[in-house]
Amino acid sequence: MTKAVLKTRELSVKFGGVTAVNKVTIEAHENELVGLIGPNGAGKTTLFNLLTGVYKPTSGEVVIDDGDQLVNINQLPPYKRAQLGIARTFQNIRLFKSRTVVENVLIAMTAKNRPYVVQAMLRTPSFYKKEAQNREKALSLLEIFGMTNVADELANNLPYGQQRRLEIVRALATTPKILFLDEPAAGMNPQETQALTELIKQIQVQFKITIVLIEHDMNLVMAVSERLYVLEYGKVLATGTPKEIQNNPAVIKAYLGEEG
Amino acid sequence: MDKAHIKYTLSWATLTLMIIILIFVMTMFGIIGPYGMTTIVLIGINLIAAVGLNLVIGMSGQFSLGHAGFMAIGAYATALIVTSVPTIFGFIISLFVGAILSGIVALIVGIPTLRLRGDYLAIATLGVSEIIRILIMNFKITRGPAGIFAIPAFVNWQVVFGLGVLSIIIVVNLVRSPTGRAIIAVRDNEIAAESLGINTTKYKVIAFVLGAILAAIAGGLRASFIQSVSPQDFTFMQSITILIIVVLGGIGSISGTVLTAVALGILDVVLQNFGSLRMVVYAVVLIIVMLFRPQGLLGRSEFSLKKMLFDSGGDHDKGRSKDA
Amino acid sequence: MIIQQLINGMILGSVYALLALGYTMVYGIIKLINFAHGDIYMLGAYFGYFFLRVLHLNFFIALIFSMAICAVLGMLIEFIAYRPLRHSPRIAVLISALGVSFLLENGMSYLFGSDKRSFPQAIKTIQYHFGSLQISNIQIIIITTAIILMILLNIIVKKTKMGRAMRAVSADEEAAILMGINVNRTISFTFAIGSALAAAGGMLIGLYYNNIDPLMGMTPGIKAFVAAVLGGIGIIPGAALGGWLIGILETMTQAVGLSNYKDAVVYAILIIILLLKPTGILGKNKREKV
Repeated sequence: MTKAVLKTRELSVKFGGVTAVNKVTIEAHENELVGLIGPNGAGKTTLFNLLTGVYKPTSGEVVIDDGDQLVNINQLPPYKRAQLGIARTFQNIRLFKSRTVVENVLIAMTAKNRPYVVQAMLRTPSFYKKEAQNREKALSLLEIFGMTNVADELANNLPYGQQRRLEIVRALATTPKILFLDEPAAGMNPQETQALTELIKQIQVQFKITIVLIEHDMNLVMAVSERLYVLEYGKVLATGTPKEIQNNPAVIKAYLGEEG
Repeated sequence: MDKAHIKYTLSWATLTLMIIILIFVMTMFGIIGPYGMTTIVLIGINLIAAVGLNLVIGMSGQFSLGHAGFMAIGAYATALIVTSVPTIFGFIISLFVGAILSGIVALIVGIPTLRLRGDYLAIATLGVSEIIRILIMNFKITRGPAGIFAIPAFVNWQVVFGLGVLSIIIVVNLVRSPTGRAIIAVRDNEIAAESLGINTTKYKVIAFVLGAILAAIAGGLRASFIQSVSPQDFTFMQSITILIIVVLGGIGSISGTVLTAVALGILDVVLQNFGSLRMVVYAVVLIIVMLFRPQGLLGRSEFSLKKMLFDSGGDHDKGRSKDA
Repeated sequence: MIIQQLINGMILGSVYALLALGYTMVYGIIKLINFAHGDIYMLGAYFGYFFLRVLHLNFFIALIFSMAICAVLGMLIEFIAYRPLRHSPRIAVLISALGVSFLLENGMSYLFGSDKRSFPQAIKTIQYHFGSLQISNIQIIIITTAIILMILLNIIVKKTKMGRAMRAVSADEEAAILMGINVNRTISFTFAIGSALAAAGGMLIGLYYNNIDPLMGMTPGIKAFVAAVLGGIGIIPGAALGGWLIGILETMTQAVGLSNYKDAVVYAILIIILLLKPTGILGKNKREKV
């Protein structure tokens, strides 16, 4: 088995009296595609928010593999975690709506690039050169996802499916090691979901990154995941390959059962 | 720099030059008298302050009501330095000192308060501005409520025009750079920006500090032009005056700010004819403009020479004004 | 000595509280910092002046009339200057409110002059002494009137249908519409109540300080807004608490000889409280759903 790039140890968070995530210990390996499923309110998105730093845990810890050493990222704010290679998309789309598609991607590249404020102020030739290079990079990323034709459209004017796709491209533009996808198929029609399934597989192969996926669409999640965690009431109920999960009696009772 | 960029830059430069020549010619033929000159200078000073505030409110989306405080810092820096070193050199130094001081205060204030959202930030910045004013009113060195008189004059319209153009260039160049993109990203969606590795506080502070620096320069110019400063010049109403320019022009539109600063300056001249009804008419105009153009003159879009001169139709920027 | 200052602070604070209640209710329902609110307080004082000086009415009758007229004016202002902008950017409404504020201040200056005028002494001042403590009948009237009005407000908000509608629209406008609540009428009602309270504040302060002028609403307006934010904007008990706190804070700073810095102290404490608790003393932290 390849090495783990992300681990949590007994991660918990309480809001008021409610324990939304309760002693969750999970791990994701290099270039692995991990699915995270569970009924509504099981704490999946809360877990994502703990991993990406939007919430701070009440107890437990989050550790990532940064090169050769393990780094405890418990206290890091989201932007520092992103700089360490954690990227995500959101359940409710969060694009920079007043910006164009290519600008959305360029913004995602800001943190990794050295700023060139002085050149920008003076509009030196090197400023234009760097801008052109960055735009080229952004466009080539968009090209992989077939979005160059809409590069100069406002993000707000894209159709829904394209907006979701752009969020993924934007996350990838931060050159992450781990990509968290929060219900990427939500609101998509079957054709769009099919295309998304291919896309996720393609990303895993082409970018060689770890992907953690929350998804309610069982066809999608079973098709792409190598390993699944099932969450219920903030706890890990089971883990295993899609086949194991599908045959796990506890899971069937708790989760698949209710779907019929 | 490719050909297109040279072309646009040259056309803006030409427009600027034409305005300069126009003012010169009009002064020569006596169309612009001393009163007109005062109006032009005051328009320029408001413009510099408003461009700075638009960076804070429009670009970074932080609602600040404290611009007057930063103008006061610049004004008093100039007043104090120029009265003891009454040379052009002293004046230039005083603008730098005011700008740096104002920037430092903005940095100290901004780091903790820019976490606050919306109206809470507005009231906190208002508070900071009032605290600055009250300190000025009570310090010996700033000569209390009476203020400082007989400040040597080093400001003419050329100086203000030059600095006005410079501040527009600085802000526009910043906005259209990676830094500016990050600032706008934080405005559009703070949580998303942070998830992409953008240090949101840092970019809010950059905009806030630059805004404060421009306010201080405007304040310094004003002090030397009017030749007196007093704490009464920098009340909450001064912040509001600048805010109105920004909102009427269109929040986030620098060209809107420029056009509105000029329009309001001219309106002020026209309103002189109304005597004591002046402010009443101004208030009515303000309400009516807002009722009929709530997104401001230009919304979020920019006046573009490129579109006017070089494009034939195909106006894909139109969508931008809608959501402003 | 401290108790004396506390009492004086409570008196001033009662007036801030009356003003802050209007700010907070309006903010709660349409998220607008109503910059014209302080000017309604000024108008209230001017109507009071008219009823007392010209019509020689009893103070309390004049108070009720003045409150009623300002309630109507408040609704009118909302109808003309704010309602058309209900779905515009919030800052547009804010500027419109500033326009209304300028209009009222300068309109009154134009019509009645910008000089201070002395407010009729409708009630003869009597000083009472309790040991070293001193309190006047005017002060007692101010604080009792303020408390009675707050109790009335509480009853209206908690017990009447209109009050429930107000709370519903504050909590969730769209849901309120779906429940068949007439949002426009509810907002009008909120402005009426808020303006009436401001008018009462204006008349009480006229009686207390003996003079009024067209710009008298500016500073108390800002202070009352600060009070509303301090208590937690949109929260009615918060506004009362904030008003009293600021009143007491101001008198206390004056008492320790820092009267030149009293506003600075108020703002400094406001900023510190906001940094410790960004939504004000009684405010609830709302998390943005991610």
